[in-house]
Amino acid sequence: MYATRARQARPEPFAVRPGIAERLGLPYMDGTLALSAAALVGFSVFTLAQATKQDVPGSPYYFVDRQAFYGVLGILGMYLLTRIDYSRFRELRVGIYTFLCVSISLVFVFGFAARGSRRSFELPFFSFQPSELGKVLLVLALAGFVIDGARKGSEWQRTVRYLCLGLAPAALVFLQPDLGTSLVYGAITLAVMYVGGVRWTHFAVIGAALVALTASVLVLAPTVGAPVLKGYQEERLTSFLQPSADPSDAGYQQNQAKIAIGSGEKTGRGDRATQTRLDFVPERHTDFIFAVIGERYGFIGAALVLSLYALLIWRALRIVTLSKNSYGTLVAGGIAAMLLFQVFVNVGMNLGIMPITGIPLPLMSYGGSSVLATFLAVGILQSIHMQARLSQKGRFTW
Amino acid sequence: MYLRSDERGPAVSSRLALRLALFGGFAVVLFAILFLRLWLLQIVDGETYLAEAKNNRTRSFRTSAPRGNILDRNGDVLVANRTSLALQVNPRKLPADPAERRAELSQLADLTHSTLKRLRKTMHEELKLAPAAPVTLRRDVGHYLVYYLQENQERFPGVEVQRVFVRAYPDGTLAAHILGNVGEISEDQLKERRYKSLVPGDEIGQDGVEDTYDGYLRGRPGLTRIQVDALGEPTPNGRLVSKAPAPGDNLKLTIDQSVQEAGERAMAERGLPGGFITMDVRTGEILGVGSFPTFEPALFTRPLTQKQVDETIRNPAGPLTDRAVDGLYPTGSTFKLITALAALESDNLQPGEVIEDPGVLVVGGQEFKNAGEAANGSVSLVEALEVSSDVFFYTLGLRMWDSGELQRWAHALGIGRPTGIDLPEHEESLLPTQRWRNQLYKEGLTDRPWSAGDNIQLATGQGDLQTSPLQMAIAYATLANGGTVVTPHVGKEVTDTAGRVLKEFSPKPQRHLRIDPEYRAAILEGLHDAAQNGGGTSFDVFGDFPIPVAGKTGTAQRPPHLDQSWYGVLAPYPNPRIVTFVTMEEGGFGAESAAPAARKILEAYFANQLAREASPKEESEG
Repeated sequence: MYATRARQARPEPFAVRPGIAERLGLPYMDGTLALSAAALVGFSVFTLAQATKQDVPGSPYYFVDRQAFYGVLGILGMYLLTRIDYSRFRELRVGIYTFLCVSISLVFVFGFAARGSRRSFELPFFSFQPSELGKVLLVLALAGFVIDGARKGSEWQRTVRYLCLGLAPAALVFLQPDLGTSLVYGAITLAVMYVGGVRWTHFAVIGAALVALTASVLVLAPTVGAPVLKGYQEERLTSFLQPSADPSDAGYQQNQAKIAIGSGEKTGRGDRATQTRLDFVPERHTDFIFAVIGERYGFIGAALVLSLYALLIWRALRIVTLSKNSYGTLVAGGIAAMLLFQVFVNVGMNLGIMPITGIPLPLMSYGGSSVLATFLAVGILQSIHMQARLSQKGRFTW
Repeated sequence: MYLRSDERGPAVSSRLALRLALFGGFAVVLFAILFLRLWLLQIVDGETYLAEAKNNRTRSFRTSAPRGNILDRNGDVLVANRTSLALQVNPRKLPADPAERRAELSQLADLTHSTLKRLRKTMHEELKLAPAAPVTLRRDVGHYLVYYLQENQERFPGVEVQRVFVRAYPDGTLAAHILGNVGEISEDQLKERRYKSLVPGDEIGQDGVEDTYDGYLRGRPGLTRIQVDALGEPTPNGRLVSKAPAPGDNLKLTIDQSVQEAGERAMAERGLPGGFITMDVRTGEILGVGSFPTFEPALFTRPLTQKQVDETIRNPAGPLTDRAVDGLYPTGSTFKLITALAALESDNLQPGEVIEDPGVLVVGGQEFKNAGEAANGSVSLVEALEVSSDVFFYTLGLRMWDSGELQRWAHALGIGRPTGIDLPEHEESLLPTQRWRNQLYKEGLTDRPWSAGDNIQLATGQGDLQTSPLQMAIAYATLANGGTVVTPHVGKEVTDTAGRVLKEFSPKPQRHLRIDPEYRAAILEGLHDAAQNGGGTSFDVFGDFPIPVAGKTGTAQRPPHLDQSWYGVLAPYPNPRIVTFVTMEEGGFGAESAAPAARKILEAYFANQLAREASPKEESEG
């Protein structure tokens, strides 16, 4: 579509057969964004290869093979989305939103229970977790609703509508129960509303309500005897405030993760890493993979990973400003917020400054659904970038 | 890439620009927090955390997995597990005072029928490999000892009792020789590839199928990792991870318990040392294999007393030797089947050719006589097999004496070479050849080179021949199935605990021989007449057996011992499904000891069929 437009733009005598890069659309992509995402998943595979050899008896490369496969699949998915005009998703917002809610709800019926919570479907090759893909779907749908409803109802009505649309899937995910992902949904909702221009006063009210809600959930509800959070959820949320000596305790795990990262010092302990090798730190291939990086590769490795995330999010924010239409601005803003929130909460959790919420580190944590969803999000950013470049090109050649 | 000058987005409203700038600023602040915190943890306080990490110690314990059961072909349990108690010493809890320590250890040594020196050695070796871990002194200690230790706990600080799995044999001595036993892995075995993942103290199959199929039976030990303080004491709640032990898979054997029982009973009733084997002639599946005298495999699950050592390992009767696989003897006339086939296939004998048997053959001044000095007159191959004419086969041996045809065929049929059985073969069999004897002669190890007499002896299974019932069974099976040299095996399949088949064993045949069906038919007919025709050598035993069989007696001369009794039988004739071989040391004439035992085995194998045929009485073929 854009290719024809680009060719039409040139006067006939100067028409040049487009080169391979041109036909693949490479000049219109954000190379830095793509490379930083690929580098992160590559580093993930590298880390898993070194740290999880003994985890699955008999197959030392269990996690490595799968994560590499998800990475390749994700990169393909990213490229496919790059070639699609993201503006289509705006028209499909109702369908996307319905699919989002239905797929999350279906988990309750057909889902595969792991550790007491139903989050995923067992598919032949891997278990698919709809709430991960849901993050991206929520951004696409909610941004569409915000653009579409820009002139319907009073400002307060609009704010409440956006909140409800965003919080409904968040509530479904919360009930799975998956507190961490529901918080990501909340962050996405707030970010899209923020970029969408919801008034500061409204945010102030929402903020106040959040504080009141948190207080009542964590303090009031348990004292009245009607806890909203499950025991372990509450414990995790508050544990970073009170390190503990009990290994079965969330505070203990967090303390061990902190020790792991700290003991890595400047250059890391390599194969002499004990914290993450000897099960002091749990979930080392998923939620606590940053602790593995910190202990094995030290400040150099951990800072490199953080820098790659900074690069990724910087490019995402840049794409927010480049977008050719406001739908793209909102979508890019939502995705940037989603990535930022996940990185900060997960790394913060590893560093002992954020509660344990079970949010995976995008592209680093082992898991097909998470890796794929993140690459799809990056693919949408690429699409926004490409559309912006093509429209500029069109404008300049005219 | 695009030009930098291109880089200009659409007009962004100033309100949005402000919000995006704030967004970006927020992101910068968040990343700054993360970087700062990382720097604090790793660069500023790194040393402290490293010290803490080094203080974090764990100790892991392996919990043994129960081995898989061993079953017969119908699923009857031959080997199972029982739990038992093992005595352990925790060195850190032993008295610090050397004299007290010594006193306690020597008392323990007495209680466990050991010596202080042996006990110290065990502890020293195990501690070298796994410092601070409890040392197992004795497995399978009696309950009386456990009670005694528990009642006098204050006198035995550091002594612990742990549950372990021990092999149980519900059928006592049944199939003792093929089952093998289980024991602690040795230092040399630890270096072997197949035991790569094991550690000292682990138990492995040490002989028989326990050894051959150890990888399937063994299972995977569980692992409990607990956090300990700097002194090695477990910290409260310090359980980090535990992996449940995975029990081993079950092994189903080709053995048929009723055939096995019948064979062992027949051997025991006669009470002579010997062995028997029953094998499927087409697949090589062994239905029964045993040896007499036998032993209790359960003996080896606990330390042997001196008396038990004398009765088993040091016993001159050799109850531990599997005489069906490792018993090597001359075979007597059972070898004639091989001689006949070799002569026919090498054109040294024409089918239907008649040879005069005056009762003696004189070669180079040496007389070779028939057993009992009988003269059979003119005999054909079938008659010669029926009455077991020695002179007939002496003549064949003489015809092939320096051509090597007899050895070539015997070797092809599996005599004097490894059989490929899935059990350890400890002894080396011998098929005497011209080259072998001439080599010995050259080295001065014997008084004469190869002569016609050697081949004449071999033709009737006498002389230097050293082969086993197993090898003979393979040779008979090869003729019976038309030329396939099967690989004998006792392992049938591996099943998981739920009974699903994980692996089936059907080893490829060793090789295929081209055997003329006409020759095969003639030899089988001779063997059939020997067993079930009036003048046959084993007619007294098999004459009234309702199922047609083809069997050959053998009487091997083993001076200074009395003659050894042999019998090899294929059933049912003329298309045999199984071969049975029995030999009994000093059992005399073949029909005297071995053939009746073989009949009992066949009766067990054909039990169902015999019961069915009991009502409509069938003629046993004339």
